[in-house]
Amino acid sequence: MTDAAGEDVSALDPSLRRLIEGLVEKSVADRLQPIQEQMATLRTRVESVESATLADRVSILVFSGEMDKLLAAFIVATGAAAMGTRVSMFFAFWGLAAIKKRRMFKGKPITEKMMAAMLPRSSRRLATSRMNMLGIGPVFFKRVMRKKNVQSLPEFVELARELGVRLVACRLSMEVMGIREAELLEAVEYGNVAVYLEDARDSRVTLFV
Amino acid sequence: MSDRYLDCRGRPCPLPLVEISRAIKDMASGETLTVTAADRAFGADVKAWAKKTGHTLVEFVDGEVQRVVIRKT
Repeated sequence: MTDAAGEDVSALDPSLRRLIEGLVEKSVADRLQPIQEQMATLRTRVESVESATLADRVSILVFSGEMDKLLAAFIVATGAAAMGTRVSMFFAFWGLAAIKKRRMFKGKPITEKMMAAMLPRSSRRLATSRMNMLGIGPVFFKRVMRKKNVQSLPEFVELARELGVRLVACRLSMEVMGIREAELLEAVEYGNVAVYLEDARDSRVTLFV
Repeated sequence: MSDRYLDCRGRPCPLPLVEISRAIKDMASGETLTVTAADRAFGADVKAWAKKTGHTLVEFVDGEVQRVVIRKT
């Protein structure tokens, strides 16, 4: 065995050798430590950059409660899901109508009862944004759509659920409009603005419908 | 010969894409799926779908009825 200068070190006293080895190990460890620290800092930075880049996701804030606008939102959502994209839909205010399965009066204070009476009974009973004509429009549109094999809104909601679209009902809207969980579909989650923003900030496509 | 066949004639948007993605899910890599549709926009739709999902469009025949062959990657 020889050292860097080519001198034979095997002849060294074993205790001296141990001492030298110990010194070498310590100096290597001392030099490695700052490098390891830098690596750790870099790793956390890369992680934060990765989390900030936009993911292949779509998030839709569904505010409107008319059948035609909701159909547009669900066509985008189911289409994106079919293209392998993760989709979230947040239902606020009138948009809650899309995930409403029934109307309840029982146990609600008078103001909420009044509101319940004025709001659509379920996602099957929605007006259109144009040509509503006191409810004749939606009947006409539904008939035409059925004839042309276009799915109804409740069918689209079911398809979205099947395709794994995340459906989130806005708690604040429910509170304001006096809508109870029992009136909405079982498949929905509940959240507030932070839940929407968390998905929206990671999404390449965000829509307000 | 294609491994699978899907008839999407008379199925409006976005159902052809939904059905294609369902069919592809059950197929093995390298297998092909033939789809027929009757929609002027089907070609553009299925091209966008393939580009996004990474599967290969082997063949596309336009016309009154469109026919595509998709190979699962």
